[in-house]
Amino acid sequence: MRKYLNIITAYSIMLFLIILVGIFQSWSTALTILNYCLISAVMTMGANIQWGYAGLINFGIMGYTALGGLAVVLVSVAPVPEAWSAGGINMLLSLFLIIGIVISVKFILKKFHDKKYKNYLIALSIILGVILIRIVSSPGIEAIESVDPAKTGFLGGLGLPVLFSWIVGGLLAAGLAFIVGKIALGLRADYLAIATLLIAEIVVSIVKHEDWLARGVKNVIGLKRPVPYEIDLQNSPWFINLVEKLNQGKLNLINSVSEQKDVLNQLVIDASSIYVKLCMTGLFLTVVIILLIVTQKALNSPWGRKMRAIRDNEEAAGAMGKNVVKEHLLIFILGSAIVGLAGAMMVTNDGLFTPGSYRPMRYTFVIWVMVIVGGTGNNFGAILGGFVVWFLWVEAGPMALFLINFFTTHLSDTNALKVHLIESAPYFRFLIIGIGLLLMMRYRPKGLIPEKINVKKF
Amino acid sequence: MELLNAFILLLNYTIIPAITYGSQLALGAIFVTLIYGVLRFANFATGDMMSFGTMFAVLLTFYFQSIGIGLGVLPTALLTLPFAIIAMILYMLFIDKFVFKYYRVSKSAPVQLAMVSVGVMFVTQAIIRIIIGPFDRRFLDGEKFILKASEFKEMTGLNEGLTIKSTQAITVVVTIILVSILFWFLNKTKTGTSMRAYSDNEDLALLSGIDPKRVVMLTWIIAGFLATVGGVLYGLDKSYKPFVYFNNMLPIFAAAIVGGIGNPFGAFLGGYVIAFAEIFITYAYKKFFTYILPESLEPDSLVQLLSTDYKFAVSFSILVIVLLFRPSGIFEGKKI
Repeated sequence: MRKYLNIITAYSIMLFLIILVGIFQSWSTALTILNYCLISAVMTMGANIQWGYAGLINFGIMGYTALGGLAVVLVSVAPVPEAWSAGGINMLLSLFLIIGIVISVKFILKKFHDKKYKNYLIALSIILGVILIRIVSSPGIEAIESVDPAKTGFLGGLGLPVLFSWIVGGLLAAGLAFIVGKIALGLRADYLAIATLLIAEIVVSIVKHEDWLARGVKNVIGLKRPVPYEIDLQNSPWFINLVEKLNQGKLNLINSVSEQKDVLNQLVIDASSIYVKLCMTGLFLTVVIILLIVTQKALNSPWGRKMRAIRDNEEAAGAMGKNVVKEHLLIFILGSAIVGLAGAMMVTNDGLFTPGSYRPMRYTFVIWVMVIVGGTGNNFGAILGGFVVWFLWVEAGPMALFLINFFTTHLSDTNALKVHLIESAPYFRFLIIGIGLLLMMRYRPKGLIPEKINVKKF
Repeated sequence: MELLNAFILLLNYTIIPAITYGSQLALGAIFVTLIYGVLRFANFATGDMMSFGTMFAVLLTFYFQSIGIGLGVLPTALLTLPFAIIAMILYMLFIDKFVFKYYRVSKSAPVQLAMVSVGVMFVTQAIIRIIIGPFDRRFLDGEKFILKASEFKEMTGLNEGLTIKSTQAITVVVTIILVSILFWFLNKTKTGTSMRAYSDNEDLALLSGIDPKRVVMLTWIIAGFLATVGGVLYGLDKSYKPFVYFNNMLPIFAAAIVGGIGNPFGAFLGGYVIAFAEIFITYAYKKFFTYILPESLEPDSLVQLLSTDYKFAVSFSILVIVLLFRPSGIFEGKKI
């Protein structure tokens, strides 16, 4: 029990802070923050698997998150038949061409051994393939994008349940990680960081600008939800009865019937939004708990020990006959898949897909701060890091505003400095996160909850 | 005549902008490569440090304009450069003393220093946004054009006009001056040689009596020059917006790695490689072909390899290709 004391304390403080937000701001805000904390926790766990278990630095989190989000659109949105008939064949042909290029490159890699000759052939086949794809796809893209551009203008998805897309998001991200891993995993750590960041930028710019795929920066709104809609709840009798029962005391204080009805209406509207968010919280919590159990099991298995051995001394592990390259690729894929899952969860939670919002600051660097702050190599730490940093990220603005007002009370409201400071309050979040990261790196480099290695004594 | 028109067209829309953009990238890339070579970490605060220096130049320019000091035809920003550079160097030395020094002395892994630079990035970004805000600002004054398209057409009687903006000329001239002084310093002076020695082999350099503190300080001073000048030139040519500067870090990294990280001359050329690739691949050649091809063969489409949306993606793809086939860069940088 003593062993877990600091973990329990840390989580209780976090929960207490979120409850404080509920009391002082609103329960709806508190639940929004909690949901995002849970999503961040999943992302952090993905990054932590790569960094904490294997020492791989992946700054491409943004790209995998975007792919997870794309999966939601591709899976859950209803297909657009007009677009498919307008340009579907061209797009399918392009897909076959891409597969053809991959197969031919593989064939060349296998059959030709002269290095120079091989490289030229690969370059030739890729360039020819790209030109062919452009010729085949451009009329198709034009036709698809002109199908009711204000509403659709894209191929749409498969129309399947949205929860299914979480798995697909993970799979898409895993596929990307396989390619990136093949290209970049042999590089030294800081090169790997830069290379993954830049490849993620390429992925995001494709998602942003290929309008036929997911409308690009025009966004996809009104995505399906795995939980009921507020409007349906507000019209269902059982829900109204439930709210009435819960607020019986409050309602009895009001005398006039019409007033009572108004108050009840307002209560039902508030409660419906909280109910929806609570359902989401339940779903996310399930994901986090399942992932936590699986990753903890993996960490304490022979495989986990092997990964730590590789992380701590690659040469020695290699000399013991462990396949370092293969294990690195595997863990890179696993971690990225979890990040993809988190990306899908986030888009499901928001109900909209906005490719323009995928920026490295928010989706790579903040996630990394979470990993470092929480404690590398420790799953409980990673989750806590996600909670703490997301909480700070959201609440830093209001806190800064409060402090500015507090310290400048003696200044008049039109004082230039005060006005300027109040205007720039939202940017204090960068300052707090940055200083927090620097202090953690300096004085507690192992994070809030450091990694514990249980070595059985013989 | 047709050929000449085609050439002027290319010159106007691709070559001149590419040289300008390449110079701006090159300065940033040398900055990255110097920090990587001497201090041995990938500096993720690159873009924001450039932005920080530029912020001073912008604020001082506004101040100088308000009190009526200017350079006539040249932009006032050139006058503010020395002050901005000094402020930048002071900030860098301050950060080094309180943040980076600890990790350098305790010989931390490069990854850890890179993570620390992410922290510096956050803080710098916050300071910039708190002081100047996230808005787009133009601070170019003085003469805007050296050569206008209409004047050129009148002069030569060609169909195509050639425009040379004064910022383009300033960028190229300042870059040439700064880079030649830098290479002269690195290759010909004793201090420069000691810096290169420290970058090549730290232990040997220490053994032969090179003072590491001096080398580190010099590196930050040179970095301050490069970051501020590169940032101000970019801001004059386009405009000053903190978010754009942060994003510029990515092609700068690409340029440094393509040129062989740790190798200043490679980084210099890498900047141009990236800039030329970005602009040549995303340029629509339709008009160019209508000049050089007979009428029957004229293309109907834009003849554009990739749309301009993929400008950044191009440079990153080049980086990926270089990493695949020549991981140490085109011009042999540090071993990885």
